[in-house]
Amino acid sequence: MKAVTTHSNVLDPEKIRKDFPIFSKEIHPGVPLIYLDSAATSQKPLAVIEAMDAYYRHSNANIHRGIHALAEESTANYEASRQRIADFIGAAKSHEIIFTRNTTESINLVAHSWGRANLKSGDLIILTEMEHHSNLVPWQILTSEIDLRLEFIPVNAEGLLDLDEYKKLLTQNPRLVSFTFMSNVVGTINPAKEIIHLAHEAGALTLVDAAQAVPHFAVNVVDLDADFFAFSSHKMCGPTGLGVLFGKEALLDAMPPFLGGGDMIKRVKLRSFTTNDLPYKFEAGTPAIAEVIGLGAAVEYLDDIGMDTIAAHTKELTAYALERLEEVPGVWLFGPSIEHKAGVAAFTFEGVHPHDVSQILDRDGLAVRAGHHCAMPLHEKFDLPATTRASFYLYNEKQDVDRLIEGLYKVKEIFG
Amino acid sequence: MDDLYRELIIDRYKNPQFRGELEPADISYHDDNPLCGDKIRIDLRVDENDIVTEAVFSGHGCSISLASADLVVESILGKTLDEVKEMDKEMVLELLGIELGPVRLKCALLSLKVLKAGVYGLGEGESSDDLVA
Ligand SMILES: Cc1ncc(COP(=O)(O)O)c(C=O)c1O
Repeated sequence: MKAVTTHSNVLDPEKIRKDFPIFSKEIHPGVPLIYLDSAATSQKPLAVIEAMDAYYRHSNANIHRGIHALAEESTANYEASRQRIADFIGAAKSHEIIFTRNTTESINLVAHSWGRANLKSGDLIILTEMEHHSNLVPWQILTSEIDLRLEFIPVNAEGLLDLDEYKKLLTQNPRLVSFTFMSNVVGTINPAKEIIHLAHEAGALTLVDAAQAVPHFAVNVVDLDADFFAFSSHKMCGPTGLGVLFGKEALLDAMPPFLGGGDMIKRVKLRSFTTNDLPYKFEAGTPAIAEVIGLGAAVEYLDDIGMDTIAAHTKELTAYALERLEEVPGVWLFGPSIEHKAGVAAFTFEGVHPHDVSQILDRDGLAVRAGHHCAMPLHEKFDLPATTRASFYLYNEKQDVDRLIEGLYKVKEIFG
Repeated sequence: MDDLYRELIIDRYKNPQFRGELEPADISYHDDNPLCGDKIRIDLRVDENDIVTEAVFSGHGCSISLASADLVVESILGKTLDEVKEMDKEMVLELLGIELGPVRLKCALLSLKVLKAGVYGLGEGESSDDLVA
């Protein structure tokens, strides 16, 4: 496990930005891009783009299927990436890493495979009120088939989970607790280790939606004792089209396959098949080979800089953003104070709809997100039709925040 | 892009001329745009010849959707319901006087959708996307 150091190296965003080709682009003539939407998807460093380019130029072949040299090279690269990704999240065994399309598919895999095999009518699943739709809808779909009970850990006015209510729910014999490690709307970092520990004491398994967590700080699935752990490549400097599901070996071993087809079998007869070993059992068909290699390069890139360094940088930047946003009359910040969060500042602006905020900011090259950020229930709970969200990552700097604040004053001028 | 924030739009957003509700109304319909949470209701009164005599809107949303609601409602006063049924996307864009990208187009057309769904007598939640195609 990586030690969390308080004296992390300081990151130079100016230098980092040079690693990302997109920042040489003018978003409108003469207007550079100020990208504050990394919670939706991160930008990609050259190292990742080049790794994928090199794969297609020099080692493209299907994996696990050829005896020829190229297929062997491709398979070796693919599996080396899997190992690198396993190491990155502290998984003990690389075959506990299953490649999917995204976080959403990882969660659906657990719902379909583990859920169908293990849950019965009346079983309780605990979720939270701050979930992304991808950790709500799969369970709602399953509920329409199995008639499960879904209960939700409430979010309090500060944007934190109410753990007392959680403990009450735990007395009702839950089977699974599925929750987000870090909220994509309010940025709250939930006490995952404690939530998991309490769930295990109550006899439940856990699924961690780590889509926002893995890009932002060092994680260790063994230390957390997570049973399932899902995240997306595209939010952590990697390519789109690739997600990861970590699962404990014993659980994955006992689960029925999700999709059927090539690669996930050992042997097929006309009317039957035997499943392959992990991880291939859950990777039916030709996978996203170039993307897996791209994510391997992304993980190497992040590791070289250091996740603690990145975490410290985004935290400092977010703290600065919250401070500056608070100065702007009419801005109301949604979510907890900086101690409980990272990377995200969501807000409303009195009298101005987030669409209008976002559109006016766009004129200055500022890319922010406006809407419900795939968390409609959380917005409904706080009676907010929509919010504006600025999110920060390793390539952002204080000037980006300053430009955001200047932009908001322009919004005020137009709508004030 | 500055076009988007024409004075007319900002002005109608800040000082709508036709905001309100009619109780009772001859026609009342509401709908929302779940993507951005915009919500619009339009109420109409018509005379014995099906001519619109009163029209107002209520709800919340961005400047484009609310300004367009105000302008659309204004534009139908004195029109027959059959004429309202003929209204299309181009007429709304002409009222607004701007070009819009695909996301904001949905904002601009929400009021027309609500209006036409009401005039055609659609049930709540019935798909009305075709009405503004
Ligand atoms: C917390 C959280 N969970 C899940 C997802 C879904 O990720 P993806 O769209 O890559 O499946 C996201 C991304 O928007 C997210 O922020």
